Amino acid sequence: MAWVNAIIQGVLTGGLYALFACGLSLLFGVMKVVNLAHGDLAVVAGYVAIGVITVTHIPVLWSFIIVVPVMAAAGYALQRSLIQRALDRSVLTTLMVTFGLSVVIENGLLQFFTANSRGIGASLGLVQDSFSIGSQIQIAYLLVVIFAVAVVVLLGLQYFLSKSRYGRLIRAVADDQEAAQLAGADYRHVFGIAAALAMGTVALGGIAYGMYSQLDPTTGTDTILLFAFAAVVIGGLGSLWGTLLGGVVLGVAQQVGAQINISYEVLAGYIVFLAVLIIRPQGLTSRRAQS
Amino acid sequence: MTEPATSAPAGDYRAADGTALLEVRDLIVHHGQLRALDGISLRVLAGEVYAIIGANGAGKSTLLRTIAGLHQPTAGTVLLDGEDVTALRPERRARHGIVMVPEGRRLFASLSVEENLKVGAAYARPGPWTIERVYETFDWMRDRRGQRAGQLSGGEQQTVAIGRALVTNPRVLLLDELSLGLAPVIVQRIYGMLPQILATGLTVLLVEQDVSQALRVASRIQCLLEGRTTLEGSPGDVTAEQVEAAYFGLAGTAAPGAASPAPEGSDP
Repeated sequence: MAWVNAIIQGVLTGGLYALFACGLSLLFGVMKVVNLAHGDLAVVAGYVAIGVITVTHIPVLWSFIIVVPVMAAAGYALQRSLIQRALDRSVLTTLMVTFGLSVVIENGLLQFFTANSRGIGASLGLVQDSFSIGSQIQIAYLLVVIFAVAVVVLLGLQYFLSKSRYGRLIRAVADDQEAAQLAGADYRHVFGIAAALAMGTVALGGIAYGMYSQLDPTTGTDTILLFAFAAVVIGGLGSLWGTLLGGVVLGVAQQVGAQINISYEVLAGYIVFLAVLIIRPQGLTSRRAQS
Repeated sequence: MTEPATSAPAGDYRAADGTALLEVRDLIVHHGQLRALDGISLRVLAGEVYAIIGANGAGKSTLLRTIAGLHQPTAGTVLLDGEDVTALRPERRARHGIVMVPEGRRLFASLSVEENLKVGAAYARPGPWTIERVYETFDWMRDRRGQRAGQLSGGEQQTVAIGRALVTNPRVLLLDELSLGLAPVIVQRIYGMLPQILATGLTVLLVEQDVSQALRVASRIQCLLEGRTTLEGSPGDVTAEQVEAAYFGLAGTAAPGAASPAPEGSDP
C-alpha cells in the first residue's frame, strides 16, 4: 500500500511540475529560447502574491486573479525589451541574458526580502487538510487542486493555440518566422504574447509551490527551473501534454525513490531524467525526433 | 563602374507615363562584403506583370526580398504608390500591400491548409480576396483544407502559398521563382492562373529563372547580371539574341552596356 501511496503522490505532484514546465516548453517551442530565469520569475510571482495578500487582504486563493495578469504583462514587457534584443543577436545570447536575469532576481530577492523562506496561505484549510483512502493513503486536497489547475491550464493553452487567432500566429511563427512576417505578422509581438502565456502559467506554478511548500530567493533555480527542465525533457520538447506526462513521471520517480530511502527522492528523479535522455532523447511524447 | 550610370536613365525614360505603383530607385544591397545589387531601378505600373530574369546569383531574389523588406538596402529607395516604404519592416509593408510569395513556398508546415490561409488573412487589407474566393479559384483546396500543409505536393504547396498571399489582398504581388523544383506541367498550370489573379486588380512583379516562361507572361522584363540591369523592355521588343546576351553577359554579340539602350530606344 505504501507503494501505491507513493505513486499517487507522485502523479499529483506531476501537476505542479507541469505548471513549472509548460511555459518553458512553450517558449522553447516558439522561439528556441531557454529561459534560465523561468523559475526565478515563478518565485517573484509568489512574492508578489504574498505582497498582494498582505496589502489588499483579498482571500489567498484569489490572489492569482491579480498576480497572473500582472506577471503576464511583465512577461510581455520582458520579451519585447530584454529577451528580444538578446534574440536579435543570437539564441546563445538569450542564455546569457536570462542567466544574468536569474542572478539579478535572486540577489534582488535576497537583498529586499532576506533569505527567509515564506509560505503562502499556510493557515488555510485547503493547504493543511487531506483525506484518507484506507489506512495508508493520505492525499492532500491542495495537491488534487493543483493537479486539476494544471489540467485546466493545459486544456486552455491547447485550445488557445489550436483555435484562436493569436494561437495560430504563435504556431505559424514557430514554423517560419519570415513567412509569417510576409503575411503581415509582427513576430516580436507574437513572441511577446507567447512570453505572457509562459509567465502567466509559471506564476500559477510559483503561487502553487508557495502553498505546497515554501519559497525562498533560490527556490527558482534549485527547484522550479530544474524540475521544469526535467519534466520538459522527459515529456518531449515542445509538447504541451508532454510536460504533464514528464511531470508525472518525474513526480512518481521522486516519490518511489523516497519510499526506498528518503535521501533518494531527488536522485531518483534525475536518474529517470538521464535514462530518458539516453534511451529516448526526443522525450516520451515527441513525434518529431529530428527537431 | 560606369554601367550603373548608363542604366540609371532607364528609370527616367518612362517617367512620363504616369506614376508607377511600385518604384525602386538606385537600389544598392550588400550581403556582407558582396555588392549583390548595384544601382537597380525599376518602375512597375498598376496592373502589369513585370518580370525580372537572370541567371543564378544575378541578384533577382535579393531584389525581391529587399522590396519585401527582408533585406535593408545600403542605398536607394522603394516607393509604393509614391510613398517611401524603405524604412518599413516586412510585416508593415505586407499590410501596406507589398506581399511576397517566397522562394521555396515556405508554408507553415505544421498548420493545415486552411490555417495557412487564415494566417494570411489575419492582417489582410480590405479587398476582393477571401479564403472562400481562394477555394473557388483553386477548387481542390476546399476538400483538403484540413490537411497539413507539409504533406502537400510541391505544386499544391506553391498554390497554397499563392493563396496565402492573395488573401492579404496585396496591391503588388511579388512572386519569387514559382517554377523552382516543380514539373513543367505544374508550372504551366500555376502560370495559367495568372490572368485570373490579375483580373482582380493586382500588379505582379515576378522573378523567374525560366526565361521563356517569363517572356510569355510578362508585359515588361528586366534582366539582371551580377547585380546590374543588362536589358529592359517589353517581351515583344527584345530579340532572343539580346536576351541571351544580357542573361549570360556575352561580350561581342551585344555587350551588357550596349544591350540595354537598344530596347529603350525602340520603346516609345
